[in-house]
Amino acid sequence: MKKIVKYVIVDILRNKIVIAYTAFLLVMSLSVFNLEDNASKGLLSLLNVILLIVPLVSIVFSTIYMYNSSEFIELLVSQPLRRKTIWLSLFSGLTVALSLSFFIGAGIPILLYQPTGTGIMMLTAGILLSVIFVAIALLASVTTRDKAKGIGKVILLWLYFALLFDGLVLFLLFQFADYPLEKAMVGVSALNPVDLSRILILLQMDVSALMGYTGAIFRNFFGTQSGITIAFLVLVLWFVVPLWLSLRKFRSKDL
Amino acid sequence: MIITSNVSKKFGKLKALDSVSVTCNRGECIALIGPNGSGKTTLAKTILGMVVPDSGFITFNGKNILHNWDYRKDIGYMPQIGRYPENMTIGQILDMMRDIRHTKGSQTDEELIETFGLNTMMQKRMRTLSGGTRQKVSASLAFMFNPSVLILDEPTAGLDPVASGILKKKIVAEKEKGKLIIITSHVLSELDDLVTQIIYMQEGRLKFHKSIQALHADTGETQLTRAIASIMIN
Amino acid sequence: MKKNVLLLGFVFFLISNQPIFSETIRVGYGQKITRIQEGIDLSKPGDTLLVTEGTYRQGNIIINKPLVIKGINHPVIDGEYKYELFSIKSPYVTVEGFNVQHSGHSSMVDIAGIKIYNTHHVTIANNILVDNFFGIYSQQSQRCIIKNNQVSATTTATERSGNGIHCWKSDSIHIYNNKVSGHRDGIYLEFVTHSPVEKNDIQNNNRYGLHFMFAHNNTYSENIFRHNGAGVAVMYTRNVVMKNNRFEDNWGDAAYGLLLKEINDGVIEGNHFEGNTSGIFMDGSTRIDMQKNTFKGNGWAIKMQASCMDVNLEKNNFIGNTFDVGTNGSLVLNTFKNNYWDKYEGYDLNKDRIGDIPYRPVSMYSMIVERNPPAMMLFRSFITTLLDKTEKVLPSLTPENLKDEYPLMKPLPL
Repeated sequence: MKKIVKYVIVDILRNKIVIAYTAFLLVMSLSVFNLEDNASKGLLSLLNVILLIVPLVSIVFSTIYMYNSSEFIELLVSQPLRRKTIWLSLFSGLTVALSLSFFIGAGIPILLYQPTGTGIMMLTAGILLSVIFVAIALLASVTTRDKAKGIGKVILLWLYFALLFDGLVLFLLFQFADYPLEKAMVGVSALNPVDLSRILILLQMDVSALMGYTGAIFRNFFGTQSGITIAFLVLVLWFVVPLWLSLRKFRSKDL
Repeated sequence: MIITSNVSKKFGKLKALDSVSVTCNRGECIALIGPNGSGKTTLAKTILGMVVPDSGFITFNGKNILHNWDYRKDIGYMPQIGRYPENMTIGQILDMMRDIRHTKGSQTDEELIETFGLNTMMQKRMRTLSGGTRQKVSASLAFMFNPSVLILDEPTAGLDPVASGILKKKIVAEKEKGKLIIITSHVLSELDDLVTQIIYMQEGRLKFHKSIQALHADTGETQLTRAIASIMIN
Repeated sequence: MKKNVLLLGFVFFLISNQPIFSETIRVGYGQKITRIQEGIDLSKPGDTLLVTEGTYRQGNIIINKPLVIKGINHPVIDGEYKYELFSIKSPYVTVEGFNVQHSGHSSMVDIAGIKIYNTHHVTIANNILVDNFFGIYSQQSQRCIIKNNQVSATTTATERSGNGIHCWKSDSIHIYNNKVSGHRDGIYLEFVTHSPVEKNDIQNNNRYGLHFMFAHNNTYSENIFRHNGAGVAVMYTRNVVMKNNRFEDNWGDAAYGLLLKEINDGVIEGNHFEGNTSGIFMDGSTRIDMQKNTFKGNGWAIKMQASCMDVNLEKNNFIGNTFDVGTNGSLVLNTFKNNYWDKYEGYDLNKDRIGDIPYRPVSMYSMIVERNPPAMMLFRSFITTLLDKTEKVLPSLTPENLKDEYPLMKPLPL
């Protein structure tokens, strides 16, 4: 498998969009840490970048890359290789390359300026979100033959995870304000990897506020070792399941 | 060597392959021909395992190829359109293929790389290459690992006459070594001096599979193009 | 007035104490008298009793005459979970240098390690109290000193644990330099007046670090209240002064750095609130002057219910709080002036170090969370950031006149 991965990584790292993405993250995070008077405010500004830009770039770039590679994939399939190997190689190549550019662009500044629990959690969340959205992109591209349709689909998916889902939850919260929804909220947060990552970061960043009111539930769940473990497991599921589904689809796909 | 038995494939409502049974043997050079959309590329792809038939089966050296991938080390495939990751260089593509396919002790066949002049442009990125140069890369890759079967999809399309000549010479040379060569093409005149067998397909069906001598005898035509034309009229 | 009191006290001291004839008596192991109570009974008022080292399981010790009782190398007075240890029923008593442990428990009477009954001028100093029901208890007493004691308990069940230092219907009790941990309330004052509480270190108590009700005219300064179950709660009291205290890490659903309920005419100055779920929760409080306090890293720096009036917040630092101010209504009768808010995004064109546009410390999202707590889950998501920005431009939910017209550009050096 590593036969292909290293070439794919090198190819992606030389991609103009990926270079621009890395540079953008780097400029963004350096300016955020240098312009704000305190570093924790810098982290706050970086939070939205991580929760919005990282998923967007990961999912759109990966989808385009997969469509552009369709002939290359055909060539690989005609070689003495398992399809599983090919698919996992492409996935690994994309995730390693995108995580690496996230790490260089945002991770290193975070480690330099804010090597705290919040910083580390942000870094972890950013990398996990990169991986998750690559997996979702792979699933979307393998199930949709048409490139334009596929890209449209992933942009909608991103919009859903980044914005619509939260709007929907807010709406439901107010519709059912009379019911005790705290416990349900923990479950609901598992339905969106962006939300789950955000809550994990919040637990580091706004721990005092989360300890109040709803906090009782959040503390009892996410505050404990097992809660954090479960949250991370859910995030892992968020890329394992799409990846597994896409692999199943790819194995029987006609090229 | 390759036997397809009643292979059928549907894409939606379209019958791409309809119960196709052919037998291809060592030392043969088979032209897989037919009008556009007749299913010749699909047939090539089913042999390569890129398309899985709905029914029927294919054996390679007596083994069913379903769920098998290992047999492909004996096949060199040159696709109709060769597109590669755009930031890879020619050198990297060749290296990657060597990593995938090369087994210790065996010699790689780099004749085409040299005669096409690719060895002088190893550092060039794939996105900067012309279609013709990419075809040269595809052709070189297909022959590189001395496969016993070559499947060439429209090999001369996009190649200049010089390169086309080089490739044809290479095909003849490989045929002499007793390899099975399957070429899909619609430019029939080019295949005249290469081909020993003809498989003619139409609307997913196998119309006929004949040796070139038989075809000449049947139609009384010596040129392949005319022979085919006369069949199509009948 | 003060002089007269001192003089009167001195005269009284001369008459009642007969200091000229006072003796020092040693009791305990290795002495002729081994029972402490026997030593007390045999001594004359004004004597000093020295108790030698060792562990004494001698039940309840009643001190009914003016005596100084000192432990040598902290002798252990053990109540075997059955008895009250020292019961002080006479004025002018000093109890010093003991390890007092394992008092009895009762749901009928308040059993304490050291209890002062209806008297005055008692000093409790340098004792270590471990696992008592109540630690030090003052009942209807005046002019007592409780200093340098370490009071701790390990029971977690609230009903089995009393308060560390408990005063009821007392006046002029000076409580300082004590450490209290593991009790129900660290310091509990009810109907206690004119009492300074200073430099105490109150940590890890099950309920409140400091809890007082109807305790007027008291001053609390330089205490540390950290990690108590519900922080500090003060209720129904007038003329409270709280200066230079630290309220830290009080986490929980109903935990507050400082809970003010029906507090009138108070001064809260120079305190440090850090890492609390709510720094200050204010309900029904009026005429409170809050200056030079620091609020750092709290969930809510201040939660001010609409029932508060004439609260004046001036020259405070608000740094790194999740929410600066939360409120439950739109009527605001309090003033905010010259505070530093790290979330302020205004500008200062005339360079007078005061922002040119007002700061609104109540964010829209804190109002939403107030009404619908589970919405906290969506905090800092893109959609809520959008809502907050919109609200800044077009206020609709947040109280229109809750604002700091003159926010500082730089934090105050506090």
